[in-house]
Amino acid sequence: MKTVEEIKAAIEAAVPGATVELILNPGPAAEHSLLLGHAGAVPVATFLRDDPALQFDFLSNVSGVDWLDKEMTEKVKVTKPVTKLVDGPEGKIEQTVEETVEETRKRVEPGYLESVYHLYSIALRHGPLVLRMRTANRIDQVAMPSLTPVWRSAEFQEREVFDLYGIVYAGHPDLRRILMWDEFKDHPMRRDYVEPDDFEYEPTAHDAVLKRAHEHKDRDQEVVKGQ
Amino acid sequence: MAVDQQLNIELGKQGVFVTTIQELYNWGRRSSVWPMQFGLACCAIEMIATTMARYDLARFGAEVFRPSPRQADLMIISGTVTKKMAPQVVRLYNQMAEPRYVIAMGACAISGGPFKQGYNVLKGIDRYIPVDVHIPGCPPRPEALIQAFMTLQKKIDGQHLTGEGRPRHLDAQAQGEFPVPEQGAHDLEPTSNKGVWPVPITIR
Repeated sequence: MKTVEEIKAAIEAAVPGATVELILNPGPAAEHSLLLGHAGAVPVATFLRDDPALQFDFLSNVSGVDWLDKEMTEKVKVTKPVTKLVDGPEGKIEQTVEETVEETRKRVEPGYLESVYHLYSIALRHGPLVLRMRTANRIDQVAMPSLTPVWRSAEFQEREVFDLYGIVYAGHPDLRRILMWDEFKDHPMRRDYVEPDDFEYEPTAHDAVLKRAHEHKDRDQEVVKGQ
Repeated sequence: MAVDQQLNIELGKQGVFVTTIQELYNWGRRSSVWPMQFGLACCAIEMIATTMARYDLARFGAEVFRPSPRQADLMIISGTVTKKMAPQVVRLYNQMAEPRYVIAMGACAISGGPFKQGYNVLKGIDRYIPVDVHIPGCPPRPEALIQAFMTLQKKIDGQHLTGEGRPRHLDAQAQGEFPVPEQGAHDLEPTSNKGVWPVPITIR
């Protein structure tokens, strides 16, 4: 198989206007991936499937990833004018001195939702090629193009990612929940999901469960009394 | 009213068989418990194995798995009850004719099992419908299911046809329909049927 860098070059040569970014995997597996821009995603996927040298005819799986907002702390050296009292010939005098101070700055990198596609070629027996796409944020701009028109096998898996992560695939033929029921509002695999509080009997409650049991004590006893 | 055992033996020697309507009635009921043919998860495989030649559930009169709730006496909750499936299970139970019994088979059906701390699995079907026999195990062996059958048969045998504690189908006041939970925005609503499953108090 061509290396990921070669595939990236081939895509850029064949599909004008496609934005492809190489994401390196520093681990020993070195499974590098290609980050696709939304605009050219479908033409790029079609190229990967139809190009005679690549022929990625099999989409193995689609996964969702939830990346939370990242708070970055970095230390920066800043040079500032500082006013100080300095001993002079006639007692103390004020003097302005340039001083280099180390400052900690906090920066919030916005989170996003990501879907990851693993491609193989049955015809040429190579793979996997890892594709990624990212949404703009994880609150309201959660759309990305669907690759179901290119690979039929993405249909149910994109529905599952939609169900559990809330990524809206534009161009998907039948985007409905697949595991949870239609009336369900949450996306359970998101990292800020709050699961229903159906605490129940545990004969030897301890630690976190015991704490929860104490919180529920009044409510449960009320229910028992009200029967 | 039971017949005196010594008298029964004496009468038997003379070729006379004495019994009570209650015994005859319960013997008939316990010897033809027809389960409903539906499986929910991997426990269903063990349930199928139980009906096959090696374990042969037919010895207990329960070989006829009915595909319709109208013809079934026994519901074997064989496996994980997801919150998506729970309303259908309760609805099927409502559609069964009295007398009806429930065996909750396996860790998932009795408590949620390994999925107990998840968001999508019901933590025991006894939250919505009355369960007669619980079998632990993941999955329980066919012997355990046979044990559950025998326990259920003993339970049927011991039921009185009149008075307190008689079976539901002989009690006009008994509750026959169990509310089917709604699938809400975050969880099933209500999260349990308080009449069937009183909230246990963990700490006092």
